[in-house]
Amino acid sequence: MLITSRKSWELSDADATPEAVYRDRRRFLKLGVGLAAGMAAGPLFAPRSGLAAPSENKIKDILQSKYRILEKATERDKFLNYTNFYEFATSRDQIVERAEAFATRPWTVEVAGEVKHAGTYDVDDLLRPNRREERIYRHRCVETWSMIVPWVGVPLADVVKRLEPTSKARYVAFETLHDPERMPGQKRPVLEWPYVEGLRLDEALNPLTVLAVGAYGETLAPQNGAPIRLVVPWKYGFKGIKSIVRITFTETEPPTSWNRSSPDEYGFYANVNPDVSHPRWSQAKERLIGDFFKRRTLKFNGYGEEVAHLYQNMDLSKFF
Amino acid sequence: MHRQRIVWWAVFAALSAPLAWLGVLAATDGLGANPIEFVTRYLGDWALRALLAALAPTALNILFGWTGAVRLRRMVGLYAFAYAVLHVSSYVVLDQFFDWAAIWADVIKRKYITAGMATVAILSLLAATSWAGAVRRLGAKTWKRLHRGVYAAALLACLHYAWMVKADLTGPALHAAVLAVLLGVRMAAFTKKRLTPLRPR
Repeated sequence: MLITSRKSWELSDADATPEAVYRDRRRFLKLGVGLAAGMAAGPLFAPRSGLAAPSENKIKDILQSKYRILEKATERDKFLNYTNFYEFATSRDQIVERAEAFATRPWTVEVAGEVKHAGTYDVDDLLRPNRREERIYRHRCVETWSMIVPWVGVPLADVVKRLEPTSKARYVAFETLHDPERMPGQKRPVLEWPYVEGLRLDEALNPLTVLAVGAYGETLAPQNGAPIRLVVPWKYGFKGIKSIVRITFTETEPPTSWNRSSPDEYGFYANVNPDVSHPRWSQAKERLIGDFFKRRTLKFNGYGEEVAHLYQNMDLSKFF
Repeated sequence: MHRQRIVWWAVFAALSAPLAWLGVLAATDGLGANPIEFVTRYLGDWALRALLAALAPTALNILFGWTGAVRLRRMVGLYAFAYAVLHVSSYVVLDQFFDWAAIWADVIKRKYITAGMATVAILSLLAATSWAGAVRRLGAKTWKRLHRGVYAAALLACLHYAWMVKADLTGPALHAAVLAVLLGVRMAAFTKKRLTPLRPR
């Protein structure tokens, strides 16, 4: 007899919204406000050009990782259109518009600091030895929404190990492209540019941490952080730095953008934690995009078994 | 139709249009990936805009001597109240789904929600005393003093918006600038009235 033990981040069947209920709700919402108005205005909301899925973006030979949340993935269209990427704009509609023509090849990543193989790498070379794998994670934004995203990428640990950090390296710092001509949102000092993020080396080496190049089986769209972004599923979304051009190994804790902007709101660690209330939002609950009711947020976004040991003896309300 | 009536109905229609448009968006799947957030923010935006618009007639009167504008004040103010109530309802019903413990925690812990709720409390008082009979019952002086609360409401609403925003203060700054102009016009008129001795005509 086969006995399967359920991981903390897997979801019981009863938790997921049954497809039929979901569909009924959509139908109800659509009918509720007035069919006539809907019919008349319908053509206004034809899908934007450029969002149709061109097949040349398909990523081939994807390995199915064991890290998969057993829940229906968020609709791809919502993943593409609902995002924060202040490098392009602060309004979600504008982000998609302005990111559309963003060129993601050629793309190089500079590796620097306490590391043996420092240098400038073509992004494809940096990841070449790895087979792409699919990780289905819940993406939990600090704004208290979440999505189920089938990321495609490689474990950051493999890349770090190939680059061989020196014995002095204790942190990994990441930097987003800074090019206001291509990323017009950077023309205004909404945040200090370029966007920077960082992880402790042991966090970077955790098997859950991924450098993502795709989602939903295709290469990333620019607004989602193409061509290469970080995904750290037990941390709030803003840790997942996008469009990375520099990776630096450091001895000391590197600065991080949101922490620099509002230190009392955003810490270096930014682990998902329902018990540590944020001055702006209670983090006790979250709304999965597509759901009506909020659900309870899980500590470490449900990945406690895999990552809680990293923070033993740390006061997580202090190191938030 | 009298010109004044036409203006009244035009303003009425202009203020209903955002609500109608929201209905169209809802009916056509146009609310985006996070419809609850969209609806709440949309209603909040229009509550603030209507509230600023309610301060405009007096400024128009001062600047251009358009006395008729003052007759629009109550209707525009009641629209501001209506949008504010819908905005709060969206938060209470759609966002929190009557989780009163979470709502109360928000009100006491998060200053932007404290400011927002205070705004709605003030607007409720003003709306409740907006009918003609209320002026008689309260006495013109008391009524006027009470309805100066609209300035507090407008200031709090702007603060609510500014404190809510994460990093980009463009929107809050724009609305605050409009409020500053509207208040500036009143202040200039007030000081002028005090400094210029009245002359018999």
